[in-house]
Amino acid sequence: MCLAVPARIVELEDDRAVVDAMGNRWKCRTTLTPDVRLGDIVLIHAGFAIAAIPEDEARKTWQLIAEFDAVQKEHEKGSEID
Amino acid sequence: MLNRIMKAQRLMDAACLRLGRSINVMEVCGTHTVSIFRNGIRPTLPQGLNLLSGPGCPVCVTDQGFIDLVLELAARGDCIIATYGDMVRVPGKSGSLETNHKADVRVVLSTDDALRLADLHPDKTVVFIAVGFETTTPATAVAVADAARRRLKNFCVLSGHKLVIPAMQTLLAEKNNQIDAFLCPGHVSVIIGSNAYLPIVEQFGRPCVVAGFEPMQVIEGIAEICRQLAQGTAEVVSIYEGVVRPEGNIKARQLMDKFFEPYDGCWRGLGKISGGTLRLKNQYARFDAMQRFGIEEIPAEEPRGCRCGEVLCGLASPVDCSMFESKCTPDTPVGPCMVSSEGACAAWYKYGRRRRRNG
Repeated sequence: MCLAVPARIVELEDDRAVVDAMGNRWKCRTTLTPDVRLGDIVLIHAGFAIAAIPEDEARKTWQLIAEFDAVQKEHEKGSEID
Repeated sequence: MLNRIMKAQRLMDAACLRLGRSINVMEVCGTHTVSIFRNGIRPTLPQGLNLLSGPGCPVCVTDQGFIDLVLELAARGDCIIATYGDMVRVPGKSGSLETNHKADVRVVLSTDDALRLADLHPDKTVVFIAVGFETTTPATAVAVADAARRRLKNFCVLSGHKLVIPAMQTLLAEKNNQIDAFLCPGHVSVIIGSNAYLPIVEQFGRPCVVAGFEPMQVIEGIAEICRQLAQGTAEVVSIYEGVVRPEGNIKARQLMDKFFEPYDGCWRGLGKISGGTLRLKNQYARFDAMQRFGIEEIPAEEPRGCRCGEVLCGLASPVDCSMFESKCTPDTPVGPCMVSSEGACAAWYKYGRRRRRNG
């Protein structure tokens, strides 16, 4: 449950932002990270940005999520055959 | 990457050899538990290096008495229960939110969703079921701040928010505990900061290493723990650099302090933990569901035969429980560790079965 996902801020007005992670966009709040700017990468948890993080750190997580997705799809394909 | 894995392996082997006994590392976060299984880390560890799943899944440590309170509120008819999805299937004394068909239950992804529900349904009281560790609590604090500013009358919070440090201290204060070190949660630490673990190191002399959730982070986190154990030292080290700061997220911590205060609440399997649960401060009592409806949490007994309590303390493995896989499965969960996907039992069920069948 306490897992946060990295995403890039693509719109920002006051503490309301739209963020993008791997092409998925959603709304979040930056109340807890008042210093972030447009284009920054933040960790999002339960609708709130909780920290600004370096881009390479975010890339590692995005890559991992993509790998999990691929494995999951492969797994589902396998269970259908079973 | 291979170099880093080899280096980690060497540190782990050295620690096992040096100590000449088994080493027990507790991961305090459900997300670590899942990452360890998903990435197949456990079988790669040297024999004698054990990973224990600690009380780091907020759903699992929520006492059944709290679930019973939620069900009581859901049965009133004048409330809308707004909750994160994880809580919907947790069984209380009389079913769960999912099986209670009369209840108006809405799954929300953020506290903003819960506030929106209050706007849309002025004739009902929206009760937000606030569970989770320090990663989640600041969002609840912001919601209460918004509700206070907007003078919202039909919104309140049933707080079961937990603090991770008191739980770790409770486990270590137990004489029979087998914990040599902690792999500390990455995203909780984003909020509380790595310095928060200093009292554990100072008081109990156990290494505390903060790591992220990618496989290399987990492996190198365990390796750093082994380095310390082999050298006989205990330090707080964060290998989640650039993400976790020593002081954490100060703004989030200030908001938590402003709205919440710790009290001795009940944890499943661990009983009452001194200062381990958060409730709203007195000046925000009007947003506290317990105050508003005059209800209180009565600690409940665990279901007969369920060993979730021991699993959460690292004293039993899910497979030690006679109900595991037979009476208790993710489709028919008896205890909370099977309900939440981050629970130790659910992770063992999902990822550990094939290996057991083959081996």
